[in-house]
Amino acid sequence: MSIVAQLPVLPIVMPIMAAPITLLLPRGRAPHLWACLFTWLTFAACIALFREVAATGPISYALGDWAPPIGIEYRIDLANALVLLLVSGIASVVFPFAYRSVQLEVDQRQTPLFYGALLICMTGLLGVTITGDAFNVFVFLEISSLSTYALIAMGARRDRRALTAAFNYLVMGTIGATFFVIGIGLLYQSTGTLNMADLAQQLIGQDNRMVQAGFAFILVGMGLKLAMFPMHLWLPNAYTYAPSAVTAFLAATATKVAVYVIIRFFFSVFNFDFAFIGAAFTYVLLPLGLAGMFVASFVAVFQEDVKRMLAYSSVAQIGYMLLGLSFATVEGLTASLVHIFNHALMKAALFMAVACVVLRSGSHSIHAFAGLSKRMPVTTWAFIISGLSLIGVPLTVGFISKWYLLNAAFAAGHWYAGFLIVASSLIALAYIGRVAEVMLLKEPADDGKFVLPKEEAPLSMLVPMWILVAANIYFGVRTDLTGDIATRAAEALMMMAGGAP
Amino acid sequence: MDWFDFILARYNYWIFILLMMIGLYVVFARGNLVKKIVGLNIFQTSVFIYYISIGKIFGGTAPIYMGDELDAAAHHGPDSGEGAGHGAEAAAHGATAHAGAEEMQSKIDNAAPGEETLAKETLHSKIDNSALDHGNDLKDALKTAPRPEEADSLHSLPDTGDKIANTLSHVDKTPPKAGLQFTPDGLTDAAGDAAHSAAVAAHGAVEAIVYTNPLPHVLILTAIVVGVATTAVGLALAVRIREAYGTIEEDELEAADDIAEFGHQPGAPAQQAAEGAA
Amino acid sequence: MDHLILRVTSKLLFAPIILFALYVQFHGDYGPGGGFQAGVIFAVAFILHAFCFGLEETRKVLPQKALTIAMVIGFLLYSGTGLVTMLLGANFLDYDALVPNSTHHAGQHYGIIIVELGVGTAVAATMLTIFYHFTGREPDIDQEDW
Repeated sequence: MSIVAQLPVLPIVMPIMAAPITLLLPRGRAPHLWACLFTWLTFAACIALFREVAATGPISYALGDWAPPIGIEYRIDLANALVLLLVSGIASVVFPFAYRSVQLEVDQRQTPLFYGALLICMTGLLGVTITGDAFNVFVFLEISSLSTYALIAMGARRDRRALTAAFNYLVMGTIGATFFVIGIGLLYQSTGTLNMADLAQQLIGQDNRMVQAGFAFILVGMGLKLAMFPMHLWLPNAYTYAPSAVTAFLAATATKVAVYVIIRFFFSVFNFDFAFIGAAFTYVLLPLGLAGMFVASFVAVFQEDVKRMLAYSSVAQIGYMLLGLSFATVEGLTASLVHIFNHALMKAALFMAVACVVLRSGSHSIHAFAGLSKRMPVTTWAFIISGLSLIGVPLTVGFISKWYLLNAAFAAGHWYAGFLIVASSLIALAYIGRVAEVMLLKEPADDGKFVLPKEEAPLSMLVPMWILVAANIYFGVRTDLTGDIATRAAEALMMMAGGAP
Repeated sequence: MDWFDFILARYNYWIFILLMMIGLYVVFARGNLVKKIVGLNIFQTSVFIYYISIGKIFGGTAPIYMGDELDAAAHHGPDSGEGAGHGAEAAAHGATAHAGAEEMQSKIDNAAPGEETLAKETLHSKIDNSALDHGNDLKDALKTAPRPEEADSLHSLPDTGDKIANTLSHVDKTPPKAGLQFTPDGLTDAAGDAAHSAAVAAHGAVEAIVYTNPLPHVLILTAIVVGVATTAVGLALAVRIREAYGTIEEDELEAADDIAEFGHQPGAPAQQAAEGAA
Repeated sequence: MDHLILRVTSKLLFAPIILFALYVQFHGDYGPGGGFQAGVIFAVAFILHAFCFGLEETRKVLPQKALTIAMVIGFLLYSGTGLVTMLLGANFLDYDALVPNSTHHAGQHYGIIIVELGVGTAVAATMLTIFYHFTGREPDIDQEDW
């Protein structure tokens, strides 16, 4: 067989076949090593796929050799190749990291299940990204969501609130997914097709009530999944009480993939000829993005729990992505794609630093961070550097994101949005600075709720964490890498959507 | 009373909306976690009903392949198609690209045994083959079928049953979308007017089979599997929550969490809680 | 469990239910039926057994370990079919590659039978696993406290 011809399906087939086998492996190290091996293989496949797409343009793969639009099509262009690379890359770093953290935070009997679920979750996220079939998006979305509910609930060993958090996420996530299916159904009813490329063709000129309703259902459904500002209520608890490694993985990938689906539907399925697309940009994404940036950042400042604080920060960062989208320009879309990539790098590194602290002190309350610079200096500096990246200090990826966003805001004539982006970054400075101050300056107060860390986190955690921190700086200096790819992807998406409105 | 008919004719959507609202109401209004799961199930079921109802074609039967029975019926059909030979041949050629059409074609041929040996050969090879062949021809046809140039007609297909009769006459132009829905009438367009007489002749012998759109059924089977999995995970979480908290009432859960975190309920002043403790 | 009638009827029903499951399973490639339905019906036979004889007895017949293995094997049958077609040089799950040069797509027939078998095995095992875990949990709180 020609490996190149089968490349598009490998990132799905490899992890999904590896996942059930973890159940048969003996407890202990084996499931972890097995899962790591397959995330690396998947990452390698995604890199190969990305190079192929960057060199030759979009790839289409017909599952079972049933030609689209009848069969399910995997369609990879630059935009989703970038997201594939991101998801598999984060997974290949978080999986090795997870071992010690999971040993502490998850019931020992559940570890084979844990790694199996994590692999399935990754497969689902990759599947949502790779597929070119609208209903297939729903199926993969639920594959990843169901495993996510289970993964979050596994945090119940440390805190029983993980169970209620997982339950609330399940209710919200299922409502979101079902809304999405209703939207797909309405589109199917008016076009008779489920293939995204074909949908885009058939939808031309069909600006009727049914298509509008379908679009609205898809927007609300995906808005729930990606924690768009007023629909974000499931997210803080889910991220706070999930096992730390799961939080690092989900925060970096799950919401990003949902944002990608929104981009895909806005730009590749619908186009700017539909009046409601412009209205959704102006009256939904722009104000909600701005509101999310401020309200969530503001709430984050007052959190006593660092994990919860970072979770609210994630909601705020999603606001930036939606804001970039809402400009509906190549610059704005580029800024969104760049920020999807960059935010995953910094949030994963931040949550990994928290996981190290949890491993040694047993708590993610801000009090456990007091005086950490003396006891766990390596972790402390990883947290501070990624935190600076989150704020948007030059030479980090955060700065690149903000730069592209500001450029896009001024180019689109939304100068007030530019000022608001800067203002919101200042709030980020407040909440990151608060933790940094505690870590660097404050003396630990032993109140019995946590143990004082005696040593640095183990190397198996420090190395993956610092790989991501290094990536934060590397991509912050080599701006051409992400920026160019994102620009090309954004231009291609804009072409599909019919140019500038 | 136009508006009344308008509402009545869309009863499937009313059922869908009603069930959806009941489901969502139960999810939001009930504090009991198991009842929330029940509400979620009702909500999902409403979507299943919606999908199934848009795939329904008025007068259509379940999308179950009935090739065997039809072939048998065609074999025993009366030779009422004398004189339609030319039409049969034309139809045989015209419809080769059409998946489901082929099967019907063979029956038309059979019911109208023509003078042309070519036509006879085609139809006999068709009939001698097992049912398996007919099903698999679908794949060949789909793989080779050209992209439909005017696909509009079928795109309104899943809406209501009434439109189907009109749209089906254009089915032949949209082979990949046609799936299993076809009628002899649809065929006549495909092969030109000449085939019309053959189809009319065949009508007495072979009852037309109109299938409902099978795709929504397939989609909903998948969605049902997802729904079962969601329900199982949700109920499992409810069991675990009850084991951890001793209750599955949402307000009691919140109170338990508040007490664990702050030492008292948010509504009750701290003093009272302290007194209670004392 | 001394309910004679229940015991006898459930014994009588057990075999026909499994037979029906197999009928649905193998009828499912070109007719109504298929792995999902068959798997659920298959699981129902054992659930009935558990209702009448107690979960412990059913666990002796079908231990959880066996179910876990069946789940994995079922899933691997499905995806393994896809892998084999890929190794044969076709796309994932292109069953035609299983019997190349067939005039009437025999490969489609074989492919769907194997895949449905995998689905049936996995679904039956999953359904029973769900049932075992829900019924097998010891309530640690009195029934009165609900």
